[in-house]
Amino acid sequence: MASEEQLSAIKGAKVLMVGAGGIGCELLKTLALSGFEDIHIIDMDTIEVSNLNRQFLFRQKHVGQSKAKVAREAVLKFRPHIKITPYHANVKDPEFNVDFFKQFNVVLNGLDNLDARRHVNRLCLASGVPLVESGTTGFLGQVTVHVKGKTECYECQSKPAPKTYPVCTITSTPTKFVHCIVWAKDLLFAKLFGNKNQENDLNVRSTDASSSSEHSEDVFERRADEDFEQYGRRIYDHVFGYNIEVALRNEETWKNRNKPRPVYTRDVLPLRPVGQNGNKDKASTGDPSSVSAMASLGLKNPQDLWSLKENSEVFLEALRFFFLKREKEIGQLGFDKDDQLAVEFVTSAANIRAASFGIPLHSLFEAKGIAGNIVHAVATTNAIIAGLIVLEAIKVLQNDVKSYRMTYCLEHPSRKMLLMPVEPFEPNKSCYVCSETPLTLEINTHRSKLRDFVEKIVKAKLGMSLPLIMHGVALLYEVGDDLEEDEVANYAANLDKVLSELPSPVTGGTILTVEDLQQELKCSINIKHREEFDEEKEPDGMVLSGWTPALAAEKTKTSDNGPSSSNASQTVLLESEDNDEIEIILKDPEILAAGKKRKLSDVSVAVDSEIFSVTGEMLTKRKVEEDDSHNDIVMVDGNLDPNKKKRVQ
Amino acid sequence: MGTEGEQLTEQETAIYDRQIRVWGVDAQRRLSKSNVFVSGLKGTSVEFCKNIVLAGVGSLTLNDDRLVTEDLLFANFLTPPDENDFRGKSVAELCCDSLKDFNPMVSVSVEKGALSNFNADFFQKFDVVVVNCCSLLTKKSVNAKCRKLPKRVAFYSVECRDSCGEIFVDLQNYSYCKKKNEETIECKLHYPSFEEAIAVPWRSLPKRMSKLYYAMRVIERFEEKGRNPGETSVDDLPNVQKLRKELCEAHCLNESQIPDSLLRRLIASRSEFPPVCAIIGGILGQEVIKAISGKGDPLKNFFFFDAMDGKGIIEDISNVNS
Repeated sequence: MASEEQLSAIKGAKVLMVGAGGIGCELLKTLALSGFEDIHIIDMDTIEVSNLNRQFLFRQKHVGQSKAKVAREAVLKFRPHIKITPYHANVKDPEFNVDFFKQFNVVLNGLDNLDARRHVNRLCLASGVPLVESGTTGFLGQVTVHVKGKTECYECQSKPAPKTYPVCTITSTPTKFVHCIVWAKDLLFAKLFGNKNQENDLNVRSTDASSSSEHSEDVFERRADEDFEQYGRRIYDHVFGYNIEVALRNEETWKNRNKPRPVYTRDVLPLRPVGQNGNKDKASTGDPSSVSAMASLGLKNPQDLWSLKENSEVFLEALRFFFLKREKEIGQLGFDKDDQLAVEFVTSAANIRAASFGIPLHSLFEAKGIAGNIVHAVATTNAIIAGLIVLEAIKVLQNDVKSYRMTYCLEHPSRKMLLMPVEPFEPNKSCYVCSETPLTLEINTHRSKLRDFVEKIVKAKLGMSLPLIMHGVALLYEVGDDLEEDEVANYAANLDKVLSELPSPVTGGTILTVEDLQQELKCSINIKHREEFDEEKEPDGMVLSGWTPALAAEKTKTSDNGPSSSNASQTVLLESEDNDEIEIILKDPEILAAGKKRKLSDVSVAVDSEIFSVTGEMLTKRKVEEDDSHNDIVMVDGNLDPNKKKRVQ
Repeated sequence: MGTEGEQLTEQETAIYDRQIRVWGVDAQRRLSKSNVFVSGLKGTSVEFCKNIVLAGVGSLTLNDDRLVTEDLLFANFLTPPDENDFRGKSVAELCCDSLKDFNPMVSVSVEKGALSNFNADFFQKFDVVVVNCCSLLTKKSVNAKCRKLPKRVAFYSVECRDSCGEIFVDLQNYSYCKKKNEETIECKLHYPSFEEAIAVPWRSLPKRMSKLYYAMRVIERFEEKGRNPGETSVDDLPNVQKLRKELCEAHCLNESQIPDSLLRRLIASRSEFPPVCAIIGGILGQEVIKAISGKGDPLKNFFFFDAMDGKGIIEDISNVNS
């Protein structure tokens, strides 16, 4: 039971919870039971079926409704007299500004993505409100306390970047199943069903673009005399057969690689009568979102491994269904892990490609996890983490700085501990977020445009959403609703200029000031001109440094692609779209700074939305993930000794 | 649902998707066929029930005949505070209604009666037995009944006092497989019963043993003399200290291993601390899931958590002779 002092701190507190998902549901319940009486909760998401195994405040009948609102109603049923204020909104919305944050005694995060976490971190720093941050994945979890000036902020340690793959690996030389998934999802699916005007590397079929580009422009258009079956077969033969044959012509590429095998429908599905569909359409009557090629073909278990023939049937059936049942959406579809037909299409396409390249095939269940970056989640870890968050929140409310802890929830005990508290770290003096340390940017000022700088550095690296860029007193760029037309035109023109040709030229030695007015974050960037960048290692064509260097996501090794190496400078990003709670952050500056991996025992820790890898048996089953994600995980050393940690002042 | 055939239903696959990605289909199937019994519904065991109902066990049987009072509602999110809803109902009945609602695929029921009166045959129906807030005598006898059965019935006891918690685990002889560097190795664990574990002489235990272990044993013995579990107050401190002295002398343990401050905390408050219930109920849920599914290293055989230092520690207290 809480002491009198604790109880009065709890009763008088006004807390903000960000996220009403896996951690959020548990947290709201535990806060209410612990005696908190004024809780505000922000979550932009609506409830999905796959939430129900752990987000226990939600029921089947709530699917589609606001998480924040349903969570409130559920908790009021057992604590009717407390005040819960829900916001079905994005925490990045401008209404949640510094003044909004200032009304709270503490902010508790139960978020699922790096971007929102960074945003909340900055608002907490700007408003001087303590933040308790958390994350879970599978059996692992972590809780940290961030109090301005007393402990490190969420961004004092750089976070591993999302994994990227060189384009040539995806388009020409896949070696792992995940490469096939990225190809199927980001290239083929996007080409067939997404925005046709978007740039897409699918036509860069091989190492020899010149010989194969003659009719590539219209190959994806359905011809007037084709039915969907014929169209599907032609697409199939083109991407899995013809393109592979073209690629094989370049002997150089395959000198040290296994050659792929072209796959044609005539070999895999020789007997299938053209135009066959007949009674199958009954599977897809009604709601177009429930259309399923699997169901239509009588394939029931998503865990089963389909043969090449079955994958080919699913491919053709899914493609046909898209055109037959969901024609209106074509041209604007994006891959969504909750879109059954899209998952079926991507699974089958990835498997056919895998078969062609001699890569092991995967079930729909597994493929969905990879394509959707689905993070593993169980109720127990979330419950434990929520309990730990409340314990830290109570310490924060009592200003009991000496007792603050960062706690790891482990899968395997480390020094007998399953719950391992560690003293929090001091703020990193060279953190650009909480210590206003200048950064350095190496960039080719004669070639890089302001747009490149805005997209690759200001947004992607610095995580700003409403940036303002200044060179001395000259404003180079600004975003906002209140701009005059001529300003907008002016900034738009600036975006397309190279840095050295801006009205106020940016060259080596220039100091730029970048500011986000909502986050109240300002940083200076020293510009250093550099002529050349390594296309493989520095695909952005610019390098930002100054605070603890980022743990660069390792690239797949096979990237040399002979003559078309220019493609290698582009990368395909596996975007994250799962709305599950994730991310654990490891905090040991020595180790991160040195760039060494900890030699580990058992905590592992990952990266936002990256497929997670845990040492132990869970992983060994998941070959692809294991292969692919161990580059991203960082682990806590078994010898991590809490006594050796720096004390908080 | 889910019981026929070897495959999970579509509904199971959809709802359990995220956790199947953690422990696999086989484990999920085993979970859905398992039967769990819980006696003593307080903050911690209620958290535990929520966790395993969400995880999708086959059945959950609840035992707690106490009539619902306002006091019992504290730290219990399963029971609505509306007086009319709980008048005349037992705690088990109320929890049963809420838990059914959490996951319609789990069969939740109530078993009336005093825990100490159930015979060994009764426990035969279950794979897992969990007792919360239970006297020393009953704990020992239920554990012994479980061990008598031809099949393994895993026994867990859980206690939460103030901001401290204790879990005891008895999986009897338990073997499981784990992968180490590509190789599958079989691990075998031998668990002592509760009675055997607490009989291990204190002086033979490691020096840095969790103080909570000793403190809980003292209080357990204190309550044996005419108290219901958890029915203590600060006024009992002198008598508890007296018992501590006796036990420490008998075991040749320095009394400083069981500080007054800790004893005072443990006996002073009769209500539980909800964040600690969530933590202990979460760890217990995880352990039961591990034991049923055969996935992961189960803890052997005590777990302690104290919010004061924030450590969640595993201690192996086994009879060296067995």
